[in-house]
Amino acid sequence: MVEHRPIVTLISHLVLIFGVAIIAFPIWITFVASTHEAARMVQIPLPLLPGDQFFKNLEQTLFKGLEGAGAPPVGFMMVNSLIMALMIAGGKIAISLISAFAIVYFKFPFRMGFFWMIFITLMLPVEVRILPTFEVVANLGMLNTYWGLSIPLIASATATFMFRQVFLTIPDELLEAARIDGAGPMRFFIDILVPLSRTNIAALFVILFIYGWNQYLWPLLVTTDQSMYTVVMGIKQMLEAAEQSPDWHQIMMTSLLAMLPPVFVVVFMQRLFVKGLTETEK
Amino acid sequence: MLKRVHFGSSWLPFALVAPQILITVVFFIWPASQALYQSLLVEDAFGLSSEFVWFDNFIELFGDEHYLGTFQRTIFFSFSVAFLSMAFALTLAAMADRVIKGATTYRTFLIWPYAVAPVVSGALWVFMFDPTLGIFTYTLGALGYEWNHKLNGGEAMFLVIVASAWKQVAYNFLFFLAAMQSIPKSLIEAAAIDGAGPTRRFTSIILPLISPTTFFLMVINVVFAFFETFGIIHAVTQGGPAKATEILVYKVFNDGFIGLDLGGSAAQSVILMLIVISLTVIQFRYVEKKVEY
Repeated sequence: MVEHRPIVTLISHLVLIFGVAIIAFPIWITFVASTHEAARMVQIPLPLLPGDQFFKNLEQTLFKGLEGAGAPPVGFMMVNSLIMALMIAGGKIAISLISAFAIVYFKFPFRMGFFWMIFITLMLPVEVRILPTFEVVANLGMLNTYWGLSIPLIASATATFMFRQVFLTIPDELLEAARIDGAGPMRFFIDILVPLSRTNIAALFVILFIYGWNQYLWPLLVTTDQSMYTVVMGIKQMLEAAEQSPDWHQIMMTSLLAMLPPVFVVVFMQRLFVKGLTETEK
Repeated sequence: MLKRVHFGSSWLPFALVAPQILITVVFFIWPASQALYQSLLVEDAFGLSSEFVWFDNFIELFGDEHYLGTFQRTIFFSFSVAFLSMAFALTLAAMADRVIKGATTYRTFLIWPYAVAPVVSGALWVFMFDPTLGIFTYTLGALGYEWNHKLNGGEAMFLVIVASAWKQVAYNFLFFLAAMQSIPKSLIEAAAIDGAGPTRRFTSIILPLISPTTFFLMVINVVFAFFETFGIIHAVTQGGPAKATEILVYKVFNDGFIGLDLGGSAAQSVILMLIVISLTVIQFRYVEKKVEY
C-alpha cells in the first residue's frame, strides 16, 4: 500500500465483503434448500437458514434419486461424470504431450501442416458443428459409451500449445547430455521431459478436469440411455420434472453435489488452478 | 519453434502426432466440412433426396426476421454479460489490489463460481427467481413487483444474463487482479508523491495500464456468452418465452435436433464458425501486440 488511509482501506474491505456476499449467496441458498424437507420447501417464504435434513436428503439423493423424474440415483450419475472428466482430462494431456513432443523435437515432413491442423480445432468448438459430429459418432457406434462421451472432446490446441511453450524453455544441453548417455527419443521423453513438465501437467489437469466435469451439450446429444447420464445432465432432467412437482430440496442437493468436485479442486488446488488458467489462455 | 538440437525424421514423430491428428480429422475437420457442404443443400422433409442450392440457405437466413432477431439478441446478451461481469470483477479486483490483509482469502471466496457448470448456475438462479417459490420473487413481491420470467421476455433475458455473468465474475476477477499486481509499485508511488489520490491513480494509471487485459477479457467473455451459455439457457428458459432468450447457439441446436432442418441448421453453424474464427483472430493479434510496461 502506498499511503495510510484507514477509511479507504475500510471501504475496500466493505466492498469486498459485499462482493463475496453477492457471489456466495446463490450457493448459500442452494445449501439451505438441501437441508430442509420437501414440505418446508413449498411454503412461502422459503427458509434462509439451514434445517436438519441434510443427511437424510443426501442419502435419498445419492442412492435413490428423484422419484418420478426417470433419472438414476445421483451417486450413479456422479460416477459417470467422474469417468468422463478423467477420460477427457487424461486423454487431452496424453495426446497433447506426445504431439507437442513430436512438433518441438523432431524434424519431419508436414510438421507445420500438422501444427496448423491442431490449431484449427481452436476455432471449431462443439457448438458450431453439433449435427455432423453427432452423425460421425453415431456412425462409429459410439453413442451411449464413455468413448463417445470423451474422445470427440480430447483434441486440444491449447494444451498442445502450452506443452510446446514448456518444451521450448527446456535447455538444449539436456537433450545433448541425454544423447551422450545413449538415451533414445522415448527414453528422453519419459525420463526427462515428462518429469520436468510435472507442475504444468498438474495445473492443466485441474483446468481440464473442471472442463470435463462441466460438459453439458455433448453428453446431452450422445447419451439417450439413462445408465450413461452425467450429473450435470441429471439436473436439467430434474428441473423439467420440477414443472409438475417441485422437489427443490433434492434438486438443490443434486446441484450441490454436481458442483462439489470441481469447486473442491479449485479451492484446494488454487495455486495450480490459477497457474493453469493463466497459462492456457496465453 | 523447432529445437536447435533435435531428432531426425523416422516413423516415430508421425506415430506421436497420430492420435491428435486422427481425432482432429475425424471429429473436427470432417464434421466441419460436412456442415459446410450441407449448408449448400436443401433436403426434403423425409431426408430422402437433397438438392444443391448454392447459397440459398444463407440468403433465406438473412431474409428471415427471426434469424436477424436472434442475431441482435445474441449480441445484446453477450455484451451485457461481458459488461456486467467485467464491471463487477474490476471493482472487486481494484479493492483486493488495495488491501494487503486477507487478499488471498477474498480470492478464495470469489473464484469458486468458475468451477460451477453453466447448467448448475442456471438451476441456482432459476430456483431463486422461481415465479411461485423463489426467494427473490418473494422479496420483489413484497416490494410490489410481480416477477414471472416464464411470461415476461425481458425478465427472462435479465435472468439468463445474471446467471451467466455470475459465473464469469470469478475468471475476470483473477485476470484483473493479476494484471493490477503486475504494475510496478514505483509507478503508483510516484503518482502518490505527485499528489494523486486513490481514485485519480486508478483512472489515470491503473486503468490505462491494464487495458490489454480488459480487451482480452472482453473477447473471452463474448466468446463465453456466445458459445458456452447453452446450458444456462437450456436450463432456465429453453429459449422462451416466445423466443425472447433464443441465442444463436440455441437456435442451431433447436433447428437441427428438434426442428430437423438440416440445411438451415448447417448454414447457421457455418455463420457461427465464421464468428469464432474472427474472434480467435482478434484474440491472437492481441497476444502478439501485448503491451510491455
